[in-house]
Amino acid sequence: MKYFYYPGCSLEGTGIEYNASTRAVMDALGAELTEIEDWTCCGASAAEAMSYLLSMVLPARNLALAEQINQEMDILVPCSACFLNLKRVEIHTDQDRALLDKVNTALSEEGLIYRGRARARHLLDVFANDLGPERIGARVKRKLAGLRVAPYYGCQSLRPYGSYDDPQEPRSMEPLIRSLGADVHPWTMGAKCCGAGLMTSKKQVAAELTGAILSAAKGADCMVTVCPMCQMNQDGYQAHISRVRGEDLRITILYLPQLIGLALDLAPERLKLDLNLALTHSFRAKLGI
Amino acid sequence: MKGDRPMMRQNHPVAGAAHKLRRENAVAAVQEKIRACMQCGTCSGSCANSFAMDHTPRQLWRLVQLGEMDEIFASKTFALCSNCYYCTLRCPRGLPLTETIHAIKRLAVLEGRDEEKKSTQFYRSFLATVQRYGRVREMELMTRYFFTMKNPFLPLGFTPLGLKLMFKGKLPLHVPQLLAVKDNKGKAMFFEGRFDRLFRKVEELEKTS
Repeated sequence: MKYFYYPGCSLEGTGIEYNASTRAVMDALGAELTEIEDWTCCGASAAEAMSYLLSMVLPARNLALAEQINQEMDILVPCSACFLNLKRVEIHTDQDRALLDKVNTALSEEGLIYRGRARARHLLDVFANDLGPERIGARVKRKLAGLRVAPYYGCQSLRPYGSYDDPQEPRSMEPLIRSLGADVHPWTMGAKCCGAGLMTSKKQVAAELTGAILSAAKGADCMVTVCPMCQMNQDGYQAHISRVRGEDLRITILYLPQLIGLALDLAPERLKLDLNLALTHSFRAKLGI
Repeated sequence: MKGDRPMMRQNHPVAGAAHKLRRENAVAAVQEKIRACMQCGTCSGSCANSFAMDHTPRQLWRLVQLGEMDEIFASKTFALCSNCYYCTLRCPRGLPLTETIHAIKRLAVLEGRDEEKKSTQFYRSFLATVQRYGRVREMELMTRYFFTMKNPFLPLGFTPLGLKLMFKGKLPLHVPQLLAVKDNKGKAMFFEGRFDRLFRKVEELEKTS
């Protein structure tokens, strides 16, 4: 299995461990990643709030770079916001040829052409459907028996274009978690919003949303995420939110490939577990790491 | 235009017929998106942040239909959207509601009605770093953001997390090399941002459409 790899800006900064663990696990599962050379920012949620065309051109540049090398190979994207932005360009330009022309007029400044052939795939989609729980389960070297995991999907991995799972009641992580020998924490918060960027501009509001999610995760040994923004809100603000709500909400938050990597018995250094902001003593003790 | 001046830093609307026409077209385009809204309120019931809004999403669409732009810009509703796309997914009319919020945000920028909004300042800072380096540098982004907000107390709220991240090596301080624009003697005059030309082209194309 071969994919282009678009890490996105967060995976070079606050999400370094997501980047490292994705690469390590894909390598261990025999999937080959080719990083898109000279990739640039997808525009995040800033571009679309300022310029519609820019919100098309920035992701399109990366799609065009991939197409230039190979039009048939899917692009693996671990960040949900990047995934949505790339997907949005595929869909909007497919429905509007005049827009595609305009995008290409802009891209000519970069000497690139976007033909609408490249396909972005979310990491969760690739884990759930290309690699699949059976194949992953067969490589498990250390069953995570007795570990209760809360699957957190967030928003943009699923909505509005999530085609690989139910966008309101997603379940695709559950077979994966079970294939590792772990149990699924039963809850209904998996697809609820954490507040995303509001944690910067409207902290009280986002803290309310993230607080409700953390509170519902009580009873689980850890929560797994598939997005650096979700991860940051869940693990970076735990102390603050616990204080505001007056309840202890500390819980280990891992990226999904970190959890898979632990079951594949990859070295904790390769998964960069030391970079997670919230990794509780009880979790470490339970896994003996 | 020099190195790191982002195209969207034009804070004040340019007077003139062209701008007026662009504004009217933009308002009409926003109205067109939600013309079929029947005020069922599924969006408000699905919205994660409606509890904090002065106008619910349903009320916002009605105000758009009525062309009450002043009231829309005065409200906090559109700045409180966290792009979760629940409303878009559930709208029984299949309207692009989250996209409409983005269009309203852009309209507010076009109108110069967004100055007090923290989120807009954040987006500006964000795009400025993208224009300069092609990728986001979180450290520079936050520094720019704090600087434009001109509030000495704002950074304090981020200090504990910022220190934690820096301690973990998650806020790299190095910045990528920029392209030097040289004079005829080969001496660097100024450094061109990675996307100066691309951003300029996009701005040009948007103005003529």
